[in-house]
Amino acid sequence: MIPTDWIWGAIGGLMIGGAAALYLLVNGRILGASGILGGLVDGSGHDSLPERLAFVFGLMVVPPLLMPLYGTVSTQAISNPVVLIVAGLLVGVGTRLANGCTSGHGVCGISRFAPRGIGATVLYLLAGGVTVLVFRHILGVI
Amino acid sequence: MAPAARIAGFDARSFFAFLAGGLFGAGLLVSGMVDTAKVIGWLDVFGAWDPTLAFVLGGAVLPMIPVWRLAEARKTSALGTPIPAPSSQKMNRPLVIGSLMFGAGWGLAGFCPGPAMASFAFGGWQGALFFFAMVVGMGLAPKAAVWLSAPNAP
Repeated sequence: MIPTDWIWGAIGGLMIGGAAALYLLVNGRILGASGILGGLVDGSGHDSLPERLAFVFGLMVVPPLLMPLYGTVSTQAISNPVVLIVAGLLVGVGTRLANGCTSGHGVCGISRFAPRGIGATVLYLLAGGVTVLVFRHILGVI
Repeated sequence: MAPAARIAGFDARSFFAFLAGGLFGAGLLVSGMVDTAKVIGWLDVFGAWDPTLAFVLGGAVLPMIPVWRLAEARKTSALGTPIPAPSSQKMNRPLVIGSLMFGAGWGLAGFCPGPAMASFAFGGWQGALFFFAMVVGMGLAPKAAVWLSAPNAP
C-alpha cells in the first residue's frame, strides 16, 4: 500500500507543476516564489508590479479559501521566536542571493536541466539536512 | 504593455498571474508543503525520514520537462513575452552561499518562501514572524550581494 500522504504529495506536486506551466506558457515567467516576492520587496520588479502583486495575492488568498475542505490545517511551526527570526532572515537573504528557492531553482530549474538550478537544489538540500541533524539530533533545539 | 495582454480593458497578465499563484498555493496546501513537520521530516535523513516531498517534487518536475521543451520551441508566451533565456551565469559565490543559507533556514523552521506565503492567513504568529523576518532578509539581500562581490570578501 502506498501511504495516503505520498498520493496527496504527488497530486499537490502536479498542481504546483501545473501552476509553473501556466505561468511560463501564458505569462512567459518562471514561477519562483522568492523572486516574485523579492522583486516587490527590493523594488527590482517595478516593471512587472501588477503581475507580481496578482500572483502573491492568489498565493496568499486561495489556500485559506480551501480550508473548509480540510477543517483545520496546522503548519506545526516551532514556537521559538529566535529560531523563527533567524530562519526567516536566512531564507530571505539566501534565496535572493542565490536568485531562487524550491520553486524557481527546484521545480523550474531541475525540469529545464539548468546547471545552476540543479546545483542550488543539491546545496540547499544538503544544508537543510545538516541543519536538521545538528539542531535536532545534536543540539536538540528544533 | 503588449496589446494582446489587455483584452477589453481587462489585464490578462494579472488575471493569469492570480490563477497561477492560486493554483500554486492550492498545490502547496494539498501536497503538505505547508506542514513544517513534514518538511523537516523530509530533511531529517538521520531520524524519522518522511519521503513525501520526493513525490511533491517529482509531481511538479515531471510535467514541467515537456512544458519547457514546448515553451522553448514556441519562443514566446501566449501573452507575447519572450521565454526567459537560460542563465548565462555559472555556479558562482552568491549562488553557493545563498543556497547554503537558504537550506539552513529551511531546515530550522521548515518553511520555504512559497509555503510561508500560502500559509500566512492560517499560520498563526509563528508563520507571520517567519514571513516578516524573511521579507526583512529579502530587503537586506542587495547589500549582502554587494558585500559578497567586494574584492576582499571571504
